Amino acid sequence: MLQGMPSQGYYTRKGGEGVLSGSTLMTGNLAAAWGARLAGVDYVPAYPITPQTEIIETIAKWVRLGQMKGKLVQMDSEHSMLTAAGSASLSGARVFTATSSQGLLYGLEMLYNISGWRAPILLVNVSRGLAAPITLEPDHNDVLAARDSGFLQFHAETCQEVLDLILLGYRVAEDRSVLLPAIVNLDGFYLSFTREKVELPKMDTVSTFLPEYDPPAPLRATKPVSHGATVLSGNLYSYFRYRMHAASLEASEVFRKASAEYGGLFGREYEATEGYMLQDAEYVIVMSNSFTTIGKQVVAKLRERGVAAGLLKLRMLRPFPFDDVAKSLAGRRAVAVFDQNLSPGFGGILYPEILASLYHKKNRPQFVLPVVGGLGGKQLTVQELERVFESLRNGPPTFPDRPDPMYLMREDEFDRAKRNIAIASGGG
Amino acid sequence: MRLSDLKEFESDTRPDWCPGCGDFGVLAALKDALVKSGKKPHEVAVVSGIGCSSNLPGYIRTYGFHGLHGRPVPVAVGIKNANPSLTVIATAGDGDEYGIGFNHVVHAARRNDDIKLIVMNNEIYGLTTGQLSPTSKLGQKTKTSPDGSIIYPLQPLPTILGAGGTFIARTFSGDPKHMSWVIQEAIKHRGFALIDAISPCVTWYNIYDEVKKLFYRIEDRGYKITDQQAAFNAMNDPQGIPTGIFYRTEEKQSFQEKLAEINGGKAPAESVQTLDRNVALQLIQEFA
Repeated sequence: MLQGMPSQGYYTRKGGEGVLSGSTLMTGNLAAAWGARLAGVDYVPAYPITPQTEIIETIAKWVRLGQMKGKLVQMDSEHSMLTAAGSASLSGARVFTATSSQGLLYGLEMLYNISGWRAPILLVNVSRGLAAPITLEPDHNDVLAARDSGFLQFHAETCQEVLDLILLGYRVAEDRSVLLPAIVNLDGFYLSFTREKVELPKMDTVSTFLPEYDPPAPLRATKPVSHGATVLSGNLYSYFRYRMHAASLEASEVFRKASAEYGGLFGREYEATEGYMLQDAEYVIVMSNSFTTIGKQVVAKLRERGVAAGLLKLRMLRPFPFDDVAKSLAGRRAVAVFDQNLSPGFGGILYPEILASLYHKKNRPQFVLPVVGGLGGKQLTVQELERVFESLRNGPPTFPDRPDPMYLMREDEFDRAKRNIAIASGGG
Repeated sequence: MRLSDLKEFESDTRPDWCPGCGDFGVLAALKDALVKSGKKPHEVAVVSGIGCSSNLPGYIRTYGFHGLHGRPVPVAVGIKNANPSLTVIATAGDGDEYGIGFNHVVHAARRNDDIKLIVMNNEIYGLTTGQLSPTSKLGQKTKTSPDGSIIYPLQPLPTILGAGGTFIARTFSGDPKHMSWVIQEAIKHRGFALIDAISPCVTWYNIYDEVKKLFYRIEDRGYKITDQQAAFNAMNDPQGIPTGIFYRTEEKQSFQEKLAEINGGKAPAESVQTLDRNVALQLIQEFA
């Protein structure tokens, strides 16, 4: 490990009282299952899909062993799974579920419903590139397809974050001023199947942080309610949509407060974004999810060479942390936005969100470089990120023109792909 | 007409199924049936969804399409509607076709789409390594039903018979001659054919011995295809596993036959081309 690089991407307070017993090694999938277990979820509608399946299998096992009190039910598809998740939540249960990629997209119709129902379920998405072509390894086109659904979105870099963000996610989602469902995202393979050190909070301390779900409109014989209303009026529809938007924006402050409390109990406090060696940084890269760890490594390396490099990690994507991003990036010489996703015909999806955060800042960076890479889990190398920083330091060659995006793929990789395709097509 | 041979249907890609997988038997029977039906590779499209079995189109030299979870039937329907002269075969698993995509099967049966659906049924999700499937038995222990399944398994054959299916059969990958015969008959059939192909998963739920012991050919017991009620009765045997063609009717027109009448004959992807000199030369070059 490089000098000056923290082992985990979060603030550590020594001696949090709520810690179970030191730390243990576990995969991201296992950490997600632990999140559900510690949250004391009542109901887990499930459907297998790689690379998520291990989460529901683990929960099924724990339920069988009597270690979890909830019920796991395998459904016939992700669409039914998410529908049942939403309706169970409205009827008063704390609901957990998990999926990946095509499963998320198959259920996407329901995501908009669940948020509209204001049902605060927690959905773990284990990122995997979308077909076609069919693949298993991650990028973020799946979870970002749910970007506008009304779900809160938290993206994890480490297995520890997966667990913590699930507990925080429930707390924020179920807050009466929010009442919106949440997605916690982790990368398939890079986190889902990778063991890292994870500190498990004590169940009873979690219970004080996250008491049993208190639904706003439970099923009561004396006060029957009916959900899923039709509003055939633009005025009413707009009213409900604006209310949802306001609730999501409110979640920023709820998250901040909840995180402070979580930090006090468990020793880890999270912000919507996380800065790494940011203080005097002139050149900053914006990243999210597991590849952030590689980004930090590169920043630390560049610092050793005297380059004022830094990194800003996006942890909460909805509500979008405009102010945190603006505060962290204003005044820098140059910024790169690493998008592990691609909107064909546009470029990276998060790039414009970063620009939107900065536009009204007087001292906004003059050069914001769009970078796209890591599609379908394509390995991100230290050398590639070093080149990104090199581009930032050299500045845009034709300022003030729009900078040319960087699409990470080396010539030898491009040639190798072409060779593979030639072989598959029956050529040599 | 020159009969094709098995070699014409050989793909360059070797199956990555586990040694002993039932799907090898289905692949072999499908190739055999295509040869015996006098089909050429360019007259056939094999499409699939997601799962171990859904890798099959890559292992056979015909037109192929690897679709998504549960969607082989609509993929096949799209191809058939646009190219009615192709023999379109959908190959899938029980998770795919009896679970996430079963709604499509019901409607394909109702419309009598002229496609042949072979469901490699192993009563487990194999590719995701052993979870509950729609055909898993009551009490079956899987990774997502560690206490044993509490759900009655789907009965796809009577369900599709009830939905208006016009060709309904079951066969077993351990009985390759029978399987090839069933597929040949399905290809001859004008309309939708559902073939439930018992294809055990040797890794996650090995039911070979059980099926071998319990399966029988209804044809061997003198079964004659008559009406739906007889088919319902023949399918329903709690003691054994009946295989064979339970029901078949050629009375109903296929959807594509009816569509052709409405459209005035011309299919969407089949345009009449005049073969000019340049096109002819190109074709000669391509096939020389």
